[in-house]
Amino acid sequence: MAEIKLQDIEKYFGDNYVIRKLNLTIQNKEFVVLLGPSGCGKTTTLRAIAGLEEIDSGDILIDGKPVHELRAGNRDIAFVFQLFALYPHLTAYDNIAFPLRATRESKASVDEKVRAVARALQIEGLLSRRPSALSGGDMQRVAIGRALVRRPKAMLMDEPIGALDAKLREEMRTELKRLHLENDQTTVYVTHDQVEAMSLADRIAIMNEGVLQQVGTPSEVYDNPANLFVAQFVGSPVMNITPANLQSANGGTKVAIGQDGVAFDFPSAIEPQLSAARSDLMLGVRPEGVLLAHNEAAGHVAVEAHIIEPLGAYDIVDLKIGNAFLRARTASGFVDRPGDMVWARIDPAQTHFFNSLSGDAIHVRLDE
Amino acid sequence: MAAVSSRAQRIGHPIAIVAIVVSTLIFLAPIYWIATTAFKPRAVATSVPPTVVFSPEVTPFVKLFTKRVQLKEQPTQEVYDAAPWWEQRLFDNGERVLRVKGEVLPSQYPKRFMNSLIVAGLSTILAVGMGTFTAYGFSRFRIAGQDDLLFFILSTRMLPPIVVAIPMFLMYRTFGMTDTHIGLIILYTAFNLSFAVWLMKGFMDEIPKEYEEAALVDGYTRLQSFFKIVLPEATTGIAATAVFSFIIAWNEYAFALILTNRRAQTAPPFIPSQIGSGVVDWTVIAAGTFLFLLPVAIFTFLLRNHLLRGVTFGAIRK
Ligand SMILES: Nc1ncnc2c1ncn2[C@@H]1O[C@H](COP(=O)(O)OP(=O)(O)OP(=O)(O)O)[C@@H](O)[C@H]1O
Ligand SMILES: [Mg+2]
Repeated sequence: MAEIKLQDIEKYFGDNYVIRKLNLTIQNKEFVVLLGPSGCGKTTTLRAIAGLEEIDSGDILIDGKPVHELRAGNRDIAFVFQLFALYPHLTAYDNIAFPLRATRESKASVDEKVRAVARALQIEGLLSRRPSALSGGDMQRVAIGRALVRRPKAMLMDEPIGALDAKLREEMRTELKRLHLENDQTTVYVTHDQVEAMSLADRIAIMNEGVLQQVGTPSEVYDNPANLFVAQFVGSPVMNITPANLQSANGGTKVAIGQDGVAFDFPSAIEPQLSAARSDLMLGVRPEGVLLAHNEAAGHVAVEAHIIEPLGAYDIVDLKIGNAFLRARTASGFVDRPGDMVWARIDPAQTHFFNSLSGDAIHVRLDE
Repeated sequence: MAAVSSRAQRIGHPIAIVAIVVSTLIFLAPIYWIATTAFKPRAVATSVPPTVVFSPEVTPFVKLFTKRVQLKEQPTQEVYDAAPWWEQRLFDNGERVLRVKGEVLPSQYPKRFMNSLIVAGLSTILAVGMGTFTAYGFSRFRIAGQDDLLFFILSTRMLPPIVVAIPMFLMYRTFGMTDTHIGLIILYTAFNLSFAVWLMKGFMDEIPKEYEEAALVDGYTRLQSFFKIVLPEATTGIAATAVFSFIIAWNEYAFALILTNRRAQTAPPFIPSQIGSGVVDWTVIAAGTFLFLLPVAIFTFLLRNHLLRGVTFGAIRK
């Protein structure tokens, strides 16, 4: 059991500034997901924690002790690699036993531990096979078994299910969650799949270009994205982001989006809070925050449905607002066919505002 | 994969089969010729047109392993009957073995053969061993001037070795290394090393570094992970590199001829030197060449599975 603390970590690959002053604390028994697009430095961060990569400045503390003098093998941390890295010349059994054999354990005790882990992962029947004779999911189980078997202080996983097909990925996600609940192991998990992050994480740490963008529980990150990047990266279908103009109207406030200025009603309380960034304002609203009606209603604006994407449980409707588009989530079949006119409203409670220059979120309170 | 397609692949296209058979025959023809000549009676060895059907005999091998002289007169019937069977064959050919105090004098061939084994074997072990470590270093660590160093290593192969024969000879003479085993071993190791480094680097690069890193994280040192993980993974490459190095060292002729004679001479310069002693006896040369082929053939055969995988390495691994 361990607490991992990253303090002002910096890493360069030549001129490439890959990790930029990263600060992050992973609590004991916590499942933290590092989420970010390809190349943002997730793997490098993980490898730095494991001791496979030297950092250029900053400190990594495990249980309060700096570890940069400790080589990887002495940090008592397990690592699950993206492509499993099972040793092809060893059987599944020997792969799992490999970490234990580094410590001269007795044969009987090794055997007992390997079998216990295999039982937990339901791969007892596969132990005599070589990796080449295992399916992707089973290889992944063996790789996790190899990580779990010596009960390390912490587990680091680098996109451990990224190479599996969609269905298997979902299965393994559930299994990983179960394993974490059973073992209570401090875990840092890297992925670029935000669904995976949302479903597994106690907390998500979102990175972009080496900079930590936001750390929070899945719902914090989803409901209160700290900036434009997080807003667009988290959530599927993606959030609508569009330039916005505040308009004071008789007694209320309107927010116009797109160039032709179709304006939506908002509580007037937002106006003073947004005045500082008035000319550089972006509005963000998730498709479920765009509400549609068939008939004219108070506060609704008439818009044209441009494209309809039926996704089974719901539809995504692209609304044409001047020269811009706004995606709305509706009950399936809500809009009959493209070209239909509908009435739309933006739910102020689900709306986010951003300063388009800095990208930072501007938090607004809707009540007085 | 569907059973049909793999079956088709195993049996092959008729044209492919014909091509394989023809090219195999072309490659085997000289070997067949050497092998049969080694068992031919001397009289038919050089007959024109060639004799295809003959009763094989081992006299060429007897000659190969013994020191002989021409008979001045036919041995008496008693002497003939008392002689061992193989010497009777020599009498039939008008020769007899030389004896010192009753002991048969062996020819130089076994010694030359042993020299070849020692020199080629040790230089292969050295070249492959050092090549493997060097390639691992180049493959896994960032080394200043890495590309230049690799180019430099390869550049030693950029001109035919024989152009440095004279400086080599002078150098070896200065250091008293002519006609020594160690001299040839060093030379052949140097020949093969650049090639071994490059070949092994290719194989090392193919081994994902995550394998060792997994071992490092799991509590092994780098050296342990090298021996427990990298070496087993690299056996194919090591086998392929070893076979090629061994063949090059085993067959090397020019430097062996220049740098060695009595003590350390290897088989390649020795076998043709037999042509000069007296009348040319092609059967003896064929016997010597035939035996000389065997170690490489056996070595290659033992490693054939690795070798095939080695040659098609990139194709099989993903
Ligand atoms: N060994 C290395 N040498 C040089 N540059 C590297 C090395 N490893 C990573 N990089 C660079 O560092 C940056 C971050 O890489 P990293 O592997 O950490 O990204 P990542 O977030 O894990 O991406 P992905 O999702 O594609 O795995 C990239 O620009 C990458 O090209
Ligand atoms: Mg990565």
